[in-house]
Amino acid sequence: MVVPLPYVLGLSVALFALGAIGVLIRRNILIILMCLEMMLNAVNLAFIAFADHFKAVDGQMFVFFVLTVAAAEVAVGLALVVAIFRQRATVYVDDLNILKW
Amino acid sequence: MELIFFGLAALALISGVLVVFQTHPLRSALWLIVNFFAVAGIYLLLHAEFIAAIQIIVYAGAIMVLFLFVIMLLNLREPEAPTKTPYSAQKVAGFMASVAAAFFIAYGLSRVQLAPGPAAVPGLGNTESIAKLLFTDYLLPFEVTSVLLLVAIVGAVVLSKKKLQ
Repeated sequence: MVVPLPYVLGLSVALFALGAIGVLIRRNILIILMCLEMMLNAVNLAFIAFADHFKAVDGQMFVFFVLTVAAAEVAVGLALVVAIFRQRATVYVDDLNILKW
Repeated sequence: MELIFFGLAALALISGVLVVFQTHPLRSALWLIVNFFAVAGIYLLLHAEFIAAIQIIVYAGAIMVLFLFVIMLLNLREPEAPTKTPYSAQKVAGFMASVAAAFFIAYGLSRVQLAPGPAAVPGLGNTESIAKLLFTDYLLPFEVTSVLLLVAIVGAVVLSKKKLQ
């Protein structure tokens, strides 16, 4: 009744890369935030895998804190998206080039 | 056991790909919920019952409701307009960089010589063991987390005020 550690870590790396691809190539800021959530989730998966391998609950503690940070990040991030949409009427990051030199 | 893992892993990867390559954010959000459920199933296989429950309640419940709420609030009816340059150098570079980073991480992980873990501990990852650790060794981080959430609440309220100075 055990899943080998390398399989779980491989899945974690794949999900992380998928999230990174989404963050880097998408234009919609909402989808970028969702892909960020997916990356955090992949890291959580690695923590859980190591916690199971070493039979220590400490890894699950870290998942707990990462989850809290993710919730706070989404709350502030979505508030920013709504504020930007009210000012500029866009959710596409390539329209937000006011700081571009 | 491994068969269940492979099924859930395939579900997580397929739904992850669909999250990244959907044109409408609403569909992305719905596929992301599927992804979170699949990962929660893998947490169950790895003896993390409490975290699996929290994952479904907080991620698939609260965070995704927040996302869907904002998508509906912004009223993004039409799908994303195609860009003038669908395969710009930036996108190709981003794709390559992500894949390269994944290979670097995988290579680094494959070099690690891990000692075989200790024998199975009964009750690992249930609510009791997590609560015991959370309120003893990790009490200070737990309290700092509450401050972080307070800051997030204040930030969200200030940002969603009518007039931003």
